Amino acid sequence: MSAQGSVIFKERENQIHRKGDGAFEMDCNRDSLAGAVSQRACVFCGSRVVLYPIADALHLVHGPIGCAAYTWDIRGALSSGPALHRLSFSTDLQEMDIIFGAEEKLYRALIELIDRHNPKAAFVYSTCIVGIIGDDLEAVCRRVAAEKKIPVLPVQSEGIKGNKREGYSAACKAMFRLVGTGDTSDISDLSVNILGDFNLAGELWIIRDYFKKMGVQTVANITGDGRVEDIKRAHGAALNLVQCSGSTIELAKMMKESFGVPFLRVSYFGVEDMAQALYEVAGFFKDKDPEIVERTRELVREELSVLYPELQKYRKDLCGKKAAIYVGGAFKAFSLVKAFRLIGMKVVMVGSQTGTEEDYRDLHEITDEGTIIVDDSNPLELSSFLKEKDCDIFVGGVKERPIAYKLGVGFCDHNHERKQPLEGFVGMLNFAREVHSSVMSPVWRFVPRRKEKA
Amino acid sequence: MLLRHTPKEVMERNALTINPAKTCQPIGAMYASLGIHGCLPHSHGSQGCCAYHRSALTRHYKEPVMAGTSSFTEGASVFGGQANLIQAIDTIFSVYDPEVIAVHTTCLSETIGDDIPQIARKAEAEGKIPKGKFIIHANTPSYVGTHVTGFANMTKAMVTYFAESNGKRSEQINIIPGYVEPSDMEEIGRIAGELGIKTVMFPDTSNVLNRPQTGKFEMYPKGGVTVGALKTIGESKATVALGQTASWPAARALDVKCNVHCELLDLPIGLKATDRFIDTLRTIAGVSVPDSINLDRGRLLDIITDMHQYFYQKKVALVGDPDQLVALTEFLVSIDMWPIHIVTGTTGKKFEAKIQELTREIPHPVNVKAGGDMFLFHQWIKNDPVDLMMGNTYVKYISRDEDIPFIRFGFPILDRVGHSYFPTVGYRGGMRLLEKILDTLLDRQDRDSPEESFELVM
Repeated sequence: MSAQGSVIFKERENQIHRKGDGAFEMDCNRDSLAGAVSQRACVFCGSRVVLYPIADALHLVHGPIGCAAYTWDIRGALSSGPALHRLSFSTDLQEMDIIFGAEEKLYRALIELIDRHNPKAAFVYSTCIVGIIGDDLEAVCRRVAAEKKIPVLPVQSEGIKGNKREGYSAACKAMFRLVGTGDTSDISDLSVNILGDFNLAGELWIIRDYFKKMGVQTVANITGDGRVEDIKRAHGAALNLVQCSGSTIELAKMMKESFGVPFLRVSYFGVEDMAQALYEVAGFFKDKDPEIVERTRELVREELSVLYPELQKYRKDLCGKKAAIYVGGAFKAFSLVKAFRLIGMKVVMVGSQTGTEEDYRDLHEITDEGTIIVDDSNPLELSSFLKEKDCDIFVGGVKERPIAYKLGVGFCDHNHERKQPLEGFVGMLNFAREVHSSVMSPVWRFVPRRKEKA
Repeated sequence: MLLRHTPKEVMERNALTINPAKTCQPIGAMYASLGIHGCLPHSHGSQGCCAYHRSALTRHYKEPVMAGTSSFTEGASVFGGQANLIQAIDTIFSVYDPEVIAVHTTCLSETIGDDIPQIARKAEAEGKIPKGKFIIHANTPSYVGTHVTGFANMTKAMVTYFAESNGKRSEQINIIPGYVEPSDMEEIGRIAGELGIKTVMFPDTSNVLNRPQTGKFEMYPKGGVTVGALKTIGESKATVALGQTASWPAARALDVKCNVHCELLDLPIGLKATDRFIDTLRTIAGVSVPDSINLDRGRLLDIITDMHQYFYQKKVALVGDPDQLVALTEFLVSIDMWPIHIVTGTTGKKFEAKIQELTREIPHPVNVKAGGDMFLFHQWIKNDPVDLMMGNTYVKYISRDEDIPFIRFGFPILDRVGHSYFPTVGYRGGMRLLEKILDTLLDRQDRDSPEESFELVM
């Protein structure tokens, strides 16, 4: 607890809002306060997360070893084929490289790797230090691309440029260089690209399967189980579907501008949003194929008829329990609020690392009175909110889990470490099951906080 | 196969590290800082560094890990990070209220040339450091050394900032435990306690990163060496430094600064190294070894006796940190196992020589590499397969691909618990290691033996 008796920094007061406490107003996308134990990451992290699931590309981190070590296969983005992305490649910069520059080292590393692994493309990630010593990544990549005849793409992901959001942007710019270079001749009129889904726990395969049943071809699943050849011809798809809007919306916008591919923002999480995503896609294609609407309805009906009875079992136990949400991007928060509602739970706190004002305004709209809305929070704040609201479960990422557990609150990882697919209709059931497994765990009966109340 | 991209043929590489057997300095510094009571580690660099270190430590220890960051932006990288650090110091003391802020640098702040002591002095002059509170720092550029170097540098900073020479000599002995688990630090402290010796151990992460469920989130857990204790290390009778790489620099610094005699020992892993550790403590303190310790030793020896036939000529591949590997190699050789591939990501000529010395009598070629990586480790195993591997969680890929049993040992362990609660140092730690080794080898034997020779009694 702080010297002043409050865990909230004065400077951060405008990044926290309680619904019902006056008019909604919120500051966000601010740089974190120096010294705060922020849960945020950096530009490099953002780029790495988005591009890493492109499984047949080479991913070389140009920097000291840490940047590569901490991102070595930590995110469960599954591949149905190649697994080159699960290895960690780094130029492992040393002091002499910092003094004299490391362009030649980078060149040699790339040549060696391309010769050995024959990747379809190479992504070269810049790190903080590379920005400072001024290695010309662009020039090295051009040189190697010319020699090896594959796309070699610099990712300008120096950590200092900001938070993850700028990293997403750098990743989009790198990917966009591939788009438009492949053959589109055999692409159906009813076709989509899936953007912003990372195929965690195999989620993307579920979504692809839905589209297949609707008669829609998936050209490229760009950021999950991704393939270079697919991305090259992604401009031939009729529609882009953008999930996790923060990470790939820029790519969608660039594709719209340059190739005229329209995009829809969707979420595959929770029953409402999943169904809405499919109906919107059907609506988009109904002029070309009027029967698609009925096929989609049938698909949703079938899925729901299986899901709802199963869901009721969990709902019975979970009704009235309280949830707190703190996630990377705000899009996920919307779906989570709705999903919790479906299983009868109340969301009493919701926040994100990188939401925009518009995101928070929308969250404010859909949440109940008294809900705390927070941007770029820190462990002290989070733990005080969890206690104040007497939460039963906290949804967050790796750094939040032990905080919840220490307080005696259940937890659900909705980030890199999810082990069950949480997207799609079946994902909703998995989610309910996972929430149930933690909220209802007998361990909480032994926890001091609950024992006091009993 | 996950690592199907790993060819058998070993080629010279000098521009590239694949599947690292190390990570960067700052995380080691952060871990060491957490071993000071009431300390908030602070990463002077961009936000990502701090987030990565906290995530990595959290995954390994399954505990909340708190640390501040200077949150560098492009502006800071052009104009220097002074403003960020001063603001951070102000924020941290006024809201998080630690006893100590332990600042470590990053590749970024090192390269732009931030002078931490100068910035700290400025913060002090501006009244940003409350009375009785401290800022310490270590330079930990990511492009020099590894996480072990970072640990060593922050441990040394504890000496530089806190050790005082007041002409007195006490009976107390300093122990620098090395880059080991909280459970190991606890066990080292317990052994010294059994011997009846008053010690100061620094750093000490026990009860910080292996703490109980209390229903409370504590920013500063009970454990950790106190500033008060650190201020007395300069008057101690001697320092026992466990591990050349992680602990020796701090011990040497204390000798230079306060003239405290220092002894360098291997980490007390296995029978012989624990013998040396206990003997050194006994000699310095002038105490005799109690029955309780002899009992533990006898039990460890008993397990080795009972099961020695199962260790006989078993080939082992080891990957990890240098101090651990030296002690572990000695232990394995002493029970008749053959460590034949040994890789650490940390560079150092002495390491290779020491391992060669320890494995000299093994009638089989031995590969050893300091500054190697797991790609090379895997290639060696492909060329000369082993019965057992020991290393961090990333070895599980090799284990699966090559169908070789594997014991988790080292950092990071991301997929199992136990390491932070049960030690591998001391006689008891040795017993635990043997249990793990035997379980693993015998489970494999049970799995692979044909029905007719499937044995009940082993």
